[in-house]
Amino acid sequence: MLITCPYCGPRDLAEFAYQGDGNRTRPDPASMDQDAWNAYVYDRHNPAGAHHEFWQHSGGCRAHLAVTRDTLTHAITSVAFARELGHRRSLRRDRPERGG
Amino acid sequence: MREYSAFSLLRNALSGNRDWRPVWRKAAPRPAYDVVVVGGGGHGLATAYYLARQHGITDVAVVEKGWLGSGNVGRNTTAVRSNYLLPENQRFYEHSMKMWEGLSHELNYNVMFSQRGCLNLAHTPAQLDEFARRGNAMRHEGIDAELMTVGRIAREVPGLDTSASARFPIVGGLMQRRAGTARHDAVAWGYARGADRLGVDIIENCEVTGFRREGERIAGVVTTRGDIRARKVAVAVAGHTGEVMRRAGVDRLPIESQVLQAFVSESLKPFLHTVITFGMGHFYMAQSDKGGLIYGGGLDGYNSYAQRGNLPIVEEVTAEMLALFPGLARVRLLRSWGGTTDMSMDGSPIITCGPLPGLYLNCGWCYGGFKATPASGLCFAHTIARDEPHPLNAPFTLDRFHRGTVIDDKGQGATPNLH
Repeated sequence: MLITCPYCGPRDLAEFAYQGDGNRTRPDPASMDQDAWNAYVYDRHNPAGAHHEFWQHSGGCRAHLAVTRDTLTHAITSVAFARELGHRRSLRRDRPERGG
Repeated sequence: MREYSAFSLLRNALSGNRDWRPVWRKAAPRPAYDVVVVGGGGHGLATAYYLARQHGITDVAVVEKGWLGSGNVGRNTTAVRSNYLLPENQRFYEHSMKMWEGLSHELNYNVMFSQRGCLNLAHTPAQLDEFARRGNAMRHEGIDAELMTVGRIAREVPGLDTSASARFPIVGGLMQRRAGTARHDAVAWGYARGADRLGVDIIENCEVTGFRREGERIAGVVTTRGDIRARKVAVAVAGHTGEVMRRAGVDRLPIESQVLQAFVSESLKPFLHTVITFGMGHFYMAQSDKGGLIYGGGLDGYNSYAQRGNLPIVEEVTAEMLALFPGLARVRLLRSWGGTTDMSMDGSPIITCGPLPGLYLNCGWCYGGFKATPASGLCFAHTIARDEPHPLNAPFTLDRFHRGTVIDDKGQGATPNLH
């Protein structure tokens, strides 16, 4: 399996550390919503097919990456810097939704 | 169906082995059953067997997507042990161990259970202290455990590099002598034959594509071979739990499916008489009765349903093997393969009623499900028949994660790829 780091180019799997399911949303650290924390820590969608997940290029540039990979074939369809995704998420979070 | 015995072996040997019969019927699905068990692996078949044997529920079907025993029961590295730290795990796995000790007689089928021992190696004094603690905890629960010095290990395990110049010098180990190995396919076949003899229908090549509902209640399965009504539906599908449960409308579970690789070498003369594990990484090995070295290591560490892994783990496992046994450097690898493991969030299994009415769930075996097969079947059958858990599986609930009563033997937290 090769992961194409946006900064370093295609690199061997051994250079990367898996950071898990990227579909989870971490509750606001001040939140006391136990169900939201439980869901974040323990519950997984675990699909057979396209999976959105985080990797870190720990043996290279150390960037955190947001990867979409097929869990049935290991084919990778997209790699982006996770910080860009985080930026989009924080913009979403800034919108007033519901109290913690 | 005839009993197997020394006499039947002799009679068939003298008559040219033409009189052996298939050991289970090729059943076609009937429209309705009391219980449908989804998954014809070790746990599903054992569950059906104990439902019929212990609870008199014989109107049971086991539906299997592929061929019987074609999943993880045929892919594991066959180790059986009960050397756990936490009492919930100790009681469950020790009960399983006691069932293994009588299983061939119980099933009238030789599962080739061989109590050759399992030795965990320690490479630092701190690790040996931790092993002493675990050994004491085991003995407290009545499980055998023996702390071994490096001199003793050197005498018992020839070929192991016990020198001070080893890559990670060995300082001692923890031995469970009653641990060992069993013939994995024979376990599936033995339970299948036993269940079939008690009237259970084993339906192969029958994939569950959906669930029938009556109101809120699950009332059967939709399969590639037609609809089957059932009062109770029990799911025991290991790595595919997430996908099967999604078909029942349960979208999220405390499970990740990951890939675990295993390897077997060419046959060698017998030299390794125990199951041995490495303490400075994740590596375990045993020698089969045919002489092949059966070994494996850690997970690849990412979500996968591919049933094959990648090369970094192959390299790592091989390096760990050679750190322990430098003399095996020129042994050739015969086969390698991967299995889809259902990694739970605390490394312990789930055997429970629910999460929907009429549904029963057995999953989260990580990569230790084989040794649990008898107790898993026993407890799951009890849970299904009585609508309440057996005392042995009462702690292994699905809601323990949300209630804060996790059973985390390794203390790794909710990191499935580290259990």
